[in-house]
Amino acid sequence: MGLESALGEGYLTTKIDTLVNWARSNAAWPMPMGLACCAIEMMAFAGPRYDVSRFGSEVFRFSPRQSDVMIVAGWVNYKMAHAIRRIWDQMPDPKWCIAMGACASTGGMHRCYGVVQGCDNFLPVDAYISGCPPRPDAVIHALMKIQDKIRTEHSVMLDT
Amino acid sequence: MALELSEKHKQVIDKLSDNFPDKYIETYQSSGDTFVRVEADAIVEICSFLKNECHFTYLGDVFAADRFTSRQRFEVFYNLVSLKDQIRIFIKVLLEENDPVIQSVTSVWKSANWSEREVYDMFGIQFTGHSDLRRIFMPQDFDYYPMRKEFPLLGIPGSIELPNTTPDTE
Repeated sequence: MGLESALGEGYLTTKIDTLVNWARSNAAWPMPMGLACCAIEMMAFAGPRYDVSRFGSEVFRFSPRQSDVMIVAGWVNYKMAHAIRRIWDQMPDPKWCIAMGACASTGGMHRCYGVVQGCDNFLPVDAYISGCPPRPDAVIHALMKIQDKIRTEHSVMLDT
Repeated sequence: MALELSEKHKQVIDKLSDNFPDKYIETYQSSGDTFVRVEADAIVEICSFLKNECHFTYLGDVFAADRFTSRQRFEVFYNLVSLKDQIRIFIKVLLEENDPVIQSVTSVWKSANWSEREVYDMFGIQFTGHSDLRRIFMPQDFDYYPMRKEFPLLGIPGSIELPNTTPDTE
């Protein structure tokens, strides 16, 4: 691991919370919910130029059972809302949600009867990203905010 | 305004007004397109005439407009293309607000099926003789017609169901 040579013989003391949060925050696998043009920027976020694998989130999981962070990328209409909520409910706890872009955050320019005015109407959103569409850096920023949030969680126990 | 009709357009409109003298109303042009207004009760006869005698084998679209007037509130348009003559005309009919009913042209062009369902979904115009007149975009139990002018831009709150955010956790 390389750590042994720096530490030599000995041991570390830490809290189990810290250890678990460290592990969780550096392996937040995204659930890509690409609904519109934001999904293109989300792909750039995962690609080699922006390289989100530096943050441990390069593994885009198309199965909700294996993912931790849902990125809602694009406008959500009422019909799609049911599918998104169903996928969200299938994700195992603990889980986090990013509302990517103006449409997912507020409805954006789709100010009309068919589009949900912000996916926080049916999802507990942790991070909002402005922009139309946001740059991949902004998505990385939101991911880092979520990592901060994970690192400051206090208990391994599921808080229901 | 004087009409600037192409030779082919002229032939079609002359044929139409000769064969349906009491159903043909007027022709006008707008943005380079030719619109022919006809009586609503003869739409199927006129459409099958145009398809069979004037080569309008392709129905591009059926759409409607809400003029929000007290009389003849709704307009229904049929976008017809003749691939042989390479011309396009729009057939237009006007419908009343309290009785927005017109015969379906699905017997003439099968492609009218979904277009008419869309017009029904958005404006509430009934098409008699349509084999499957259900809503195509909005939920089946939706109570309103969203493209009508009196419908608010952001919809009626609560009229479309959002997912349940407290699923039972046992």
